[in-house]
Amino acid sequence: MSEKFDAIVVGAGPAGTSAAYVMAKAGLNVLLIERGEYPGSKNVMGGVLYSHQMREIIPEFYKEAPLERPIVEQRMWALSEKSVVSGGYKGLEWAEEPYNNFTVLRAKFDQWYANKAVEQGALLINETVVTECIVENGKVVGVRTDRPDGDIYADVVVLADGVNSLLAKSLGFHKELQSNQVALAVMEVINLPAEKIEDRFNLEPNQGATIEIFGDSTKGILGTGFIYTNKDSINIGVGTLLSGMIKNKLRPYDLLDYLKNHPMVRPLIKGGEPAEYAAHLIPEGGYHAMPKLVGNGVVVCGDAGQMVNGINREGSNMAMTSGKIAAETIILAKQANDFSENMLDTYRSRLMESFVGKDLKKYKDATHTIDKYPVYLNEYIPAVNKAANEYFTVDGVSKAEKQKKIMKSFTEGKGMLGAIQDIYRVWKVMK
Amino acid sequence: MHILVCIKQVPDTKIIKIDPKTNTLDRRGVPAILNPYDTHAVEEAVRLRKRYGGKVSVISMGPPQAVAAIKKCVEIGADAGYLITDRAFAGADTLATSYALSKGIERIQKEEPIDLVICGKMAIDGDTGQVGPGIARRLGVPPLTNVKKVEEIDLKMNKIKVHRKLEDGYEVLQSSIPCLLTVEKDINEVPYSPLPNMIRAARFQPQVWTVNDLENVNREQLGLKGSPTVVGKMFSPPKPEGGKRIEGTPDQQVKQLVEVLFQEKRELFVKGGA
Ligand SMILES: Cc1cc2nc3c(=O)[nH]c(=O)nc-3n(C[C@@H](O)[C@H](O)[C@H](O)COP(=O)(O)OP(=O)(O)OC[C@H]3O[C@@H](n4cnc5c(N)ncnc54)[C@H](O)[C@@H]3O)c2cc1C
Ligand SMILES: Cc1cc2nc3c(=O)[nH]c(=O)nc-3n(C[C@H](O)[C@H](O)[C@H](O)COP(=O)(O)OP(=O)(O)OC[C@H]3O[C@@H](n4cnc5c(N)ncnc54)[C@H](O)[C@@H]3O)c2cc1C
Repeated sequence: MSEKFDAIVVGAGPAGTSAAYVMAKAGLNVLLIERGEYPGSKNVMGGVLYSHQMREIIPEFYKEAPLERPIVEQRMWALSEKSVVSGGYKGLEWAEEPYNNFTVLRAKFDQWYANKAVEQGALLINETVVTECIVENGKVVGVRTDRPDGDIYADVVVLADGVNSLLAKSLGFHKELQSNQVALAVMEVINLPAEKIEDRFNLEPNQGATIEIFGDSTKGILGTGFIYTNKDSINIGVGTLLSGMIKNKLRPYDLLDYLKNHPMVRPLIKGGEPAEYAAHLIPEGGYHAMPKLVGNGVVVCGDAGQMVNGINREGSNMAMTSGKIAAETIILAKQANDFSENMLDTYRSRLMESFVGKDLKKYKDATHTIDKYPVYLNEYIPAVNKAANEYFTVDGVSKAEKQKKIMKSFTEGKGMLGAIQDIYRVWKVMK
Repeated sequence: MHILVCIKQVPDTKIIKIDPKTNTLDRRGVPAILNPYDTHAVEEAVRLRKRYGGKVSVISMGPPQAVAAIKKCVEIGADAGYLITDRAFAGADTLATSYALSKGIERIQKEEPIDLVICGKMAIDGDTGQVGPGIARRLGVPPLTNVKKVEEIDLKMNKIKVHRKLEDGYEVLQSSIPCLLTVEKDINEVPYSPLPNMIRAARFQPQVWTVNDLENVNREQLGLKGSPTVVGKMFSPPKPEGGKRIEGTPDQQVKQLVEVLFQEKRELFVKGGA
């Protein structure tokens, strides 16, 4: 039989690398297996990396990690066909240590991060696909890879293989994902000189901005668009529930094209040179769709466990925290020499007590409520735009009268009660 | 049999561009890979080890990052690896490169005699194909270039028989060993490496030598100082202009093309150009 490791981690994304880093640092013998040419080579993300969870693993990561820009401004857009209502926050304290969050390009970031795990003593193997878990006597004892002599054994296997984890599925931890449990996101990296980005987004060098877009970015299907600034490029993308895309017979690229050509967006990216195009799934099923996370000799982390907060576009941070807690649990399991489901369940319970579990629970019905009631996208966002237009247009009508008119426009066709019900429904799932 | 393979880490020239303003290579963000010809050189060494027993070592001259290329060779199946790296080697042309490599090889020889040196036919960045023969000359062994097949090695008689690729066929050649081969890509296919090799490579650290670890080195022959080559000019060949674009479905295109060929370029088909 071939060599045995303390732990095998499948997937060198934020979840897997965090797990490998923490375990290797504690002296465990860790094998990290990645199917890409190098970590991050195929990974896709809008690009916001949260400083807090990263600092919990590498406190001064921002001194050496390949980061694009610290984000000092986060904008929200309620976009209509020819107008936008915009809100947000800009804070220069975010331009200083310890920072709030950063834009990153995953191809660079994941590679750097995985190398940090290697520095701690983890062994990283690229270009290798794990095809299944090896199960003996009801316990996961290793993994099978697509390479010759490809079986390899460990006390624990960490499945961090991303959304639609085929490995967790083959263990029976979850069923085939439903099309209303995943969003399909498409994005493009558009090269643009730094000065242009700074001019257009009102930034100093080494400051970044994000724009989250609701409404007309997704043609009325539940989803959001985003525009993030890198050093000398812009990430722009849209994500919508797969079910909506299928129902409306849309192709992913159509939506992105639509957003890129929207009159509010076009000036921001004008003259840019498209550099990369990618499409990727995002788990949106949330709390209700979470699979079984723990078995004998195996734990599931990150996107593989549906840990994404779709409302706040947080995923990488949940992935990191879940990887870290899994690693800490495995370190204890190693000391006790007990890798049973019972022992490893500490991971699940600690995870559910952390912000990951709490936020997933908090927003457990949000996606579905908004998906089921298209009024939010199709009526309220245009209505808000109309209201703003009404309010700000100077045309001799008194402000009091304007407000009355605006209120009326919201309740039109459904009465006050209908509107209140709509508001209550959202308040209930977001509170 | 001890086989030594010379390997070079190169920028992936599929991606590299020449900056039209400065006429220099734009290496930004271009991944470094093992020179593709050298993957076949290492694979051939591993195959010969399977046939005749022995050991495969690899050597590279390059910056510290070239360790990644040496690890790749371990994935293919190499047993030992040496990196010679020093500021003194910087800016080497083919003359200085083959000099430095021959000094590294002499050092390895002292510990473990070498029966066969294998190089790639050429490096995809420099493209000269001169380093292999340059090493052979300095080691005083016969160079067999453009090898596409090793037919036989007779270790008792110290003989090797190879096929050399020519423009219009191939040549079967016998030589004494030790000798040096430079190999073509079609000499073999490099298979998907087995998992145990991958794990060994992930752990592997090559022996790293600086100039001071090499013996009898004339520093005047190293690096920029030892490099008479001057790159006069570098440019992207101009894109072909003019011509005719044929459009439509594949069927329409073929039809149009045939028409063009027979009507406008009749001379191609009619003897005597009538
Ligand atoms: C456009 C261009 C610009 C250049 N610029 C400079 C310059 O500014 N200054 C300068 O001094 N030189 C320069 N050079 C030459 C120099 O960098 C050569 O590329 C280098 O010495 C190796 O030659 P090669 O790449 O042609 O290798 P080849 O002779 O084509 O390589 C054949 C085989 O030799 C072996 N080999 C080659 N290099 C190594 C190595 N380093 N370690 C181990 N094995 C090796 C490999 O087996 C390889 O397959 C330039 C060359 C070109 C074409
Ligand atoms: C367009 C888009 C925008 C996003 N924007 C943000 C954002 O701004 N901020 C944020 O925090 N999150 C964002 N997310 C979510 C975030 O990308 C994910 O939540 C996060 O990447 C999850 O990390 P992970 O390690 O669980 O999975 P992944 O990052 O998907 O990593 C899984 C890894 O496993 C490897 N792998 C898979 N299967 C195998 C196998 N069988 N064998 C070997 N290796 C395998 C993959 O190659 C990959 O490297 C976004 C997602 C998308 C698609």
